[in-house]
Amino acid sequence: MDIFLQQVINGLTLGSVYAVVALGYTMVYGIIQLINFAHGEVVMIGAMVAFSVITTLAAAGLPPLALVLLGVACAMVVCMLVGYGVERLAYRPLRGAPRLAPLITAIGVSIILQHVAMLVWTRNVIAFPQIIKIELYTFGGATITNVQLAIVVLCVVIMAGLAGLVYRTRLGAAMRATAQNSKVAGLMGIDVNRVIAATFVIGAALGAVAGVMVGTYYGIAQYTMGSILGLKAFAAAVLGGIGNIPGAMVGGVLLGVVEALGAGYIGDLTDLCRYGWLASLLDERCAQGGHFILFGSNYQDVFAFVVLILVLVFRPSGLLGERVGDRA
Amino acid sequence: MRPLLDTRGKPALVWLGVAIVALALLALPFALATAGTTWVRVANYAILYVLLALGLNIVVGFAGLLDLGYIAFYAVGAYVYALLASPHFGLHLPFWVILPIGAAVAGFFGVLLGAPTLKLRGDYLAIVTLGFGEIVRIFLNNLSRPVNITNGPQGVAQIDPIRIGPLDLSRSDTWLGLTFSGPLKYYYLLLAFVLVIIVINIRLQNSRIGRAWEAVREDEIAARAMGIDTTRIKLLAFAMGATFGGVAGGMFAAIQSFISPESFVLVESIMVVAMVVLGGMGNIWGVILGALLLSFVPEILRWTVEPMQHAMFGEQLVAPEVIRMLIFGLALVLVMRFRPAGLLPSAVRQRELAERSG
Repeated sequence: MDIFLQQVINGLTLGSVYAVVALGYTMVYGIIQLINFAHGEVVMIGAMVAFSVITTLAAAGLPPLALVLLGVACAMVVCMLVGYGVERLAYRPLRGAPRLAPLITAIGVSIILQHVAMLVWTRNVIAFPQIIKIELYTFGGATITNVQLAIVVLCVVIMAGLAGLVYRTRLGAAMRATAQNSKVAGLMGIDVNRVIAATFVIGAALGAVAGVMVGTYYGIAQYTMGSILGLKAFAAAVLGGIGNIPGAMVGGVLLGVVEALGAGYIGDLTDLCRYGWLASLLDERCAQGGHFILFGSNYQDVFAFVVLILVLVFRPSGLLGERVGDRA
Repeated sequence: MRPLLDTRGKPALVWLGVAIVALALLALPFALATAGTTWVRVANYAILYVLLALGLNIVVGFAGLLDLGYIAFYAVGAYVYALLASPHFGLHLPFWVILPIGAAVAGFFGVLLGAPTLKLRGDYLAIVTLGFGEIVRIFLNNLSRPVNITNGPQGVAQIDPIRIGPLDLSRSDTWLGLTFSGPLKYYYLLLAFVLVIIVINIRLQNSRIGRAWEAVREDEIAARAMGIDTTRIKLLAFAMGATFGGVAGGMFAAIQSFISPESFVLVESIMVVAMVVLGGMGNIWGVILGALLLSFVPEILRWTVEPMQHAMFGEQLVAPEVIRMLIFGLALVLVMRFRPAGLLPSAVRQRELAERSG
């Protein structure tokens, strides 16, 4: 039972990160139906910038919390600039082009960002400085660290803040209008280009926060970390219903939990020695409590893709999404 | 497309052109060999990329389905060859037996991927194929336990070279006073393959199937209304592209004599997509140009950028691989921005893009 609870807690933490990254995908997709492929790289750059800021300022003897906040702030500023630049240079000129065109530029942009990051931060895995003292809280046989708790709480705060922004402010109303019909929104006096740019910038800022979360949670960062994280977050966005902001939250958390539980239990579940008739076929391997594990936890990364494929095949609009037309 | 094959009017001139190109292609490896056998190898890998790009062109260019996991089929073909012709399982089947098996297995994987996903919209499909590519790589990396099938990250080594009868393509031979090194012989084999595949591609493009692909690409609903079984025709594109990828993979394994999952990472898929897009989706000659450009330019960079940096800064500041990737990225962005139909656009694509922007 405590293993189950522990995996759920780990999954919730990871899922919160996915959710925050997924917001970036889902907001952009909701407004211009573009998969912003480069979003994962923005998250990576957020983590890297925060790393640089924190390591350079750590010597100044600032309190840990101030350090982290400074790191996050700098990461957000840099990522917002990157997000704006990418939208301006790579996506805006292609508005109205065939669908695949911006997708291909997005791939190009993510390659460029990745390798620029490699030039700046080297190709090595860099260790995030341990500035926050890890504290463990135990309950019900499972433990949760203060970092995990902070990530989950921060995720909820971000969701609430974003919901407020989208449903309570003028900008939010403009975003929703643009998402529904950008032409008509333009006729109503909304500067569509500015709204789209704002969406990219907000998404990038969230990406920066997520990058810092991943960095502090795993304690490491590398220039390649963005692509797989981005893919999983995209899977989360699709799972929740792409274009749907609460959906990103649900999808992210769900994917995180599925992944954690999957990685925790797949080894046991596919241990053929547990199944009587198969065990008799594999006598020598199973004798004396041996194992014949088909799939171990090293298949963890597969779950996100399997979930993605299953959702797209059986419920393409996601859990909370509205029905979308299937016209490309 | 058509004028290149149109022999009406001036047949003699056309044949002269063909003869010159053929002679140049036959003589090329000897010219390259004088600069070093490495360059013949570079040419071989370039041809492999041409094979891959032509295969992907069927899926992306003809049928308009963006496949970002294409390298998975290359991997399947390579692993089939490696497992059936290496000491890993102690099997040493001849190349001509494995080739169809590899092609069939890769084609099967194409159907496996295509069947559930083909009703998805273009960009969703791209993501799912990307995920599929990663899944295949993860499996190759991990299928060493509990039963060792792929030998995991260590890869499969000592793969048999291709033998045609008594002829071992990896060894050096001297005929008529000319030395034919291993890579040189592979060059001719690859050239023969690429010619066959070019012919198949041209015939496909102008066939009923090719026109159906084009119709699906332009407007799927209209194509269905015209009586095209869109699911089947898309599946066919996937399977056919995958088959070509599998064949290329088999050749890769034989030439390389060692493969590991490292060779089949996401970047490779994207590179092949870049070749197709840069050259001109849907235009066979454009795709070939794209593949050759993107395989030779990095090598040329390697030979120029490094000495240049040493001369200018006294040390190597930026590795050629990084420059190569930055150029890929920039090329993708700039081509889409300024020449969305590629360097040598296909006539249909060009028309289509002009209409959309107008």
